Amino acid sequence: MIYKKLVIAAALSLTLAACDNNADGYGAGGAGGLGAGGSQVYDENSIGYFNQTVGDRVWFAVDQSNLSQEAIAILDKQADWLLQRPQYSILVEGHADEQGTREYNLALGARRAASVQNYLVSRGLSDARVKTITYGKERPIEICSDEACWSKNRRAVTVVAGGFGA
Amino acid sequence: MIKSVFRTAMMALALTGIAAGAQAQGKPLRIEVTEGVIEPMPFAVPTFVAESSGSQRIASEMTSVIVSDLVGSGLFREVPPSAYISNISNFNAPVQFSDWRAINAQALVTGSADVTSDGRLVVKFRLFDVFAQSEMGEGLQFVASADSWRRMAHKVADAVYSRLTGETGYFDSRVVYIAEEGPKNARLKRLAIMDYDGANVKYLTGSDNIVLAPRFSPNARDVIYTSYERGVPKVFILNVDTLQRRALDEQPGMTFAPRYSPDGNRVVMSLAENGNTDIYMMDLASGQKTRLTSAPSIETAPSFSPDGSQIVFESDRGGGQQIYVMSANGGGEPRRISNGQGRYGTPVWSPRGDMIAFTKMSGGRFHIGVMRADGSQERLLTASFLDEGPTWAPNGRVLMFFRETAGANGAPSLYSVDITGRNLQRVRTPTFGSDPAWSRLLN
Repeated sequence: MIYKKLVIAAALSLTLAACDNNADGYGAGGAGGLGAGGSQVYDENSIGYFNQTVGDRVWFAVDQSNLSQEAIAILDKQADWLLQRPQYSILVEGHADEQGTREYNLALGARRAASVQNYLVSRGLSDARVKTITYGKERPIEICSDEACWSKNRRAVTVVAGGFGA
Repeated sequence: MIKSVFRTAMMALALTGIAAGAQAQGKPLRIEVTEGVIEPMPFAVPTFVAESSGSQRIASEMTSVIVSDLVGSGLFREVPPSAYISNISNFNAPVQFSDWRAINAQALVTGSADVTSDGRLVVKFRLFDVFAQSEMGEGLQFVASADSWRRMAHKVADAVYSRLTGETGYFDSRVVYIAEEGPKNARLKRLAIMDYDGANVKYLTGSDNIVLAPRFSPNARDVIYTSYERGVPKVFILNVDTLQRRALDEQPGMTFAPRYSPDGNRVVMSLAENGNTDIYMMDLASGQKTRLTSAPSIETAPSFSPDGSQIVFESDRGGGQQIYVMSANGGGEPRRISNGQGRYGTPVWSPRGDMIAFTKMSGGRFHIGVMRADGSQERLLTASFLDEGPTWAPNGRVLMFFRETAGANGAPSLYSVDITGRNLQRVRTPTFGSDPAWSRLLN
């Protein structure tokens, strides 16, 4: 009983975070922030489950917006999960690393977000459930200035919102 | 309020009854901005004469600002007061040229300041060519409210700069920029405005939402910028005096990278739709939006030529990020002007029309550079981990940009550099600063 309440609280805080305009949804710790090491078990209908187990983000090569095989595998899981849970809508955030000019990175982030959006829609997700936003290089997750960080910052994050689960 | 009083009160009057000095013999005192200035011209500005006891502080502070403007330009070197043989205690007394020649002050600026009982400041100044023993141009008098003393000092420095270089000055101008605070992964950004030299910083927005890349309207009373206050990035216009702001339009979509046309009637910007970013023009009176590019590539960072006929922008239509020029009507095929190795972005047309400044990324480094408007004679002026976003001084001789340091504690600061690549200087701001945009000369 107590355990279940905790899970709901976690899901709730995630949902609130997802409403935050400054969101990268889940903050600098990424999905691991709440469920590091897999110690947290989420209800499979929860946003926490989506972030933790399905995988809420995909990564891109330098200056690219095409989806790698690895990204497609994650997006397939996202699509499956979302198709079974029509109560949720999503916001896809496109991000770039710091190695680029501000305006170009906004445009690049828009491309990356659209790339994910288009794939999910091609998998059958309704257009109406997917919105996109670009943050360009404004919201890095990792802050070092080398490829180890940049590769994590070149991302598109699927932020799930629109309900607290069944 | 202060500002409008200032506008009506600000007058430039030729002084009457000035003793006519000897005419300059031979070549007039002149420093060339365009040539490589190896040796800055030595000048002296003895502390302005306070005409009343209440004007002492203003007289002294104005003098410091004038010196700082002239030295900051990199074209002039101050002969320090400690070297003076005599001083100026009476603005109207004849100048002892031999005393200034002996300390090798080629140019001498004298002035006076008087705060009147009704709170107005009367500033007079004269400029002398010490070696020719003659006055350069006529003495000038400015009158304004006393709290505008900094602007009056900048105006004196502009007049001196202009007489000694033959170019218009750039000191009586403002810069709008993004003030940044906080850690790199949770940066707070506010719109801020300041004098060109970093004084009088004023914040125009809060830091609740990301704000980016402000640009002045031609009259410097409005600022156009990108804000996330509606969730997605959208172009907003904010009045610098009232701080009232509005979204440029109410249509859905992400818009960014706005700039005014030189006449202030139109705005050019980017709109991202389905992942594709193109350039649009909006007529401000009608709200009518016209699409100028329609390619599947990225088209962004547009900037007008000063005559309003052309737009320079960046695009990756050829594979990498490069600079192109097109007609401001959008007709015809854009012409690529950047030709070197690497990527080019953030082009901005010089107010003189002759050059385009840009950011270049090459070999893992960022540079600020300039090229002729046809793309020839590219010159890189700076290099660092991240130099970005040049903006032109009103006279087209100096660029301001931001430099971001690398690493987890990396942060941006504002810098200026002249277009010969010399005189790189940090512009001090109270917080981190990025995305500077320079106004025209104020009136």
